[in-house]
Amino acid sequence: MRIERRLRQPRWLLVAVPAGSLVFAFFASGIVLLATGHDALSSYRQIIDAAFLNSGALGQTLTSATPLAFTGLAAAAAFRMRLFNIGGEGQLYIGAITAGAAGLYLGGKGGSSAVVIAAMIVAGGVGGALWGLIPGILRAFFKTNEIITSLMLNYVAGYLLTYLIFNSRSYWRETKGFNASVFPTAKTLPDSALWPAATIHVRGGIVLPLGAGIAVLVAVVLWALYSRTRFGFEAQVLGDSPRAAKYAGMRTRRTILAVMALSGAIAGLGGASQDGDFRHMLDADPNGLQKQYYGYTGIVVAALARYNPFAVVLVAFLIGGLQNAGNTLQGADFPSGLVGVMQGMILFSALGGELLVRYRFRVGRAPEAAAPEPVA
Amino acid sequence: MNNSLLVVVLASGIAYGTPLLFASLGELLAERTGVLNLGVEGMMLVGAVMGFWAVQRLHAGAGLSLAAAIGVAALAGTAMALIHAFLVITLRASQIVSGLALTIFAGAAGLSSYLGNDLNLSTDPARHQFHAIFPASVQDWPVVGPILFGQNILVYASWLCVVAVSLYLSGTRPGLNARAVGESPAAADAMGINVVAYRYAHTLVGGAFAGVAGATFTLAITPQWVSGITGGAGWIAIALVIFAFWRPELCLVGAYCFGALQALSPQLQAREIRIGPTELWTNSLPYVMTVLVLVLASSSGARRRLGAPASLGLPFVREER
Repeated sequence: MRIERRLRQPRWLLVAVPAGSLVFAFFASGIVLLATGHDALSSYRQIIDAAFLNSGALGQTLTSATPLAFTGLAAAAAFRMRLFNIGGEGQLYIGAITAGAAGLYLGGKGGSSAVVIAAMIVAGGVGGALWGLIPGILRAFFKTNEIITSLMLNYVAGYLLTYLIFNSRSYWRETKGFNASVFPTAKTLPDSALWPAATIHVRGGIVLPLGAGIAVLVAVVLWALYSRTRFGFEAQVLGDSPRAAKYAGMRTRRTILAVMALSGAIAGLGGASQDGDFRHMLDADPNGLQKQYYGYTGIVVAALARYNPFAVVLVAFLIGGLQNAGNTLQGADFPSGLVGVMQGMILFSALGGELLVRYRFRVGRAPEAAAPEPVA
Repeated sequence: MNNSLLVVVLASGIAYGTPLLFASLGELLAERTGVLNLGVEGMMLVGAVMGFWAVQRLHAGAGLSLAAAIGVAALAGTAMALIHAFLVITLRASQIVSGLALTIFAGAAGLSSYLGNDLNLSTDPARHQFHAIFPASVQDWPVVGPILFGQNILVYASWLCVVAVSLYLSGTRPGLNARAVGESPAAADAMGINVVAYRYAHTLVGGAFAGVAGATFTLAITPQWVSGITGGAGWIAIALVIFAFWRPELCLVGAYCFGALQALSPQLQAREIRIGPTELWTNSLPYVMTVLVLVLASSSGARRRLGAPASLGLPFVREER
């Protein structure tokens, strides 16, 4: 049997391989479950029930899927040009911090809801973009590996988040009231800073948060940007062949900065949506936002979607279901960490499946190679 | 005098630096053959949890339990590295994405947490742990006592590993072959070196080192299991390899510098020394310093000349060169 490079990639494979990866990952995680003495089938049935079928499950899944759509799009935007921005986690925190400040300040001054929400969206995007620009600048000007720098900044952003609520009397922290003197908490956002949501009255009510709508919008914009504009073309050339981009006179540094800022901004929007849609405050609880690992899971989402923005939204919904099931079911017969194991398996199989997209297997002997040219 | 801030930070800096040293030595071996493994954090966490499990469940004397635990941790790290090796060497997957996948699979929200939970490990302290091996009278010597003689056996073992890796890479036939594989796999292949076997072997040994590094946390530094106990040490170890220009001796210097930074935060808090937003900057310091050091190491175009293996991150396909 031989492996040879495909000259053309059939379209059906681009769907079949991720789908096959999912199936394989469930199979492989089943082995982990069986090996540790759990009934894999009943675990899976519980997951599917808790993710999609139970009353109210779809709404919960949307709650988990919305941030994953943002972090997935953020990762896809950068990974597509081979800028490995692992900093989605930290960029999301910073977006939550800046959007929280905007919501508290403008909402507290009695601005109209539309203005406050718009300001939160802008603030979240700008905050995330600035945090993403740090590894971007280091990469563009000093050629510093963006993988490690963006990841290190995740820890810094996490400590900043904790510091603002637990170790200081910052603007975000609630200082009045009895509860605040017992346990440090964040200020609750004023009503005008809460994001509206549409409710569909089926299966126990499905809440469509504003953030989910924004995520879909971002996906459309990202698709248009990468497939219909000069900037997107340059970014892709730069990713595939930095040298070709340089000879063609493309501005490498500017593109790196723009892509990192864009990626950070999308993750920051996810942080703004956490404040406005779901948590209604700056959540610094060590078991809250920081235990969800949205930024890292976004990488799984982006890779499984093969960095296609529309596929990211779809995959975010599926992985969001898994995440939601993990949160709901956590307990004796559903060990925490199982969701991470399954996500890792999904990524592994998607990676292995990539081989099937790029290469094909031929059974049989290689055709006789042409005799080498005689050297004179 | 032995309680002065400097001595305590240096002494515990060596202790905190030891897992960084083990992990970065392992990563260095893999990278020298051209395999970048970003899964160090995940491999460390699985090593940490499995080493801890071995100590809790084995009913043997302290020495035997601990030795077995280190073996189990090394095996666990190797098993994790095998996944990465198979994906990137045999299936030619992207080394970056595969390493990330390994950290997500095995890391703080994945397999290590699953195992810790499933094996009920997070409630008890370790039954045995590594203690300082020199008698108390020696440890009380001024300055050098706590710093050099107040350490456990893993610290001294890590020094041996530095010497061994250094000699291996510079003075033995397999070590030179490994470097050839990392610099130019095509040339190495033409010389008759089995590129695939070398890459597998070094990636797996790298995983074993990472597993031991993880167990250093759960059996020596903070002898208990907490999910995500390594707190990004695996990533710092990867940065250290770059900072050390792929040289084992410099890994030791770097690991102790970062260990001291990590030791600083609890010491300042214990002594109630407050300078500005203390919790923020002391906790963030190791991570910020990693970024700064990486910038220094990568600017001025120093990277190529100072030792990055030329084929780092690239798959080797004999038919496609």
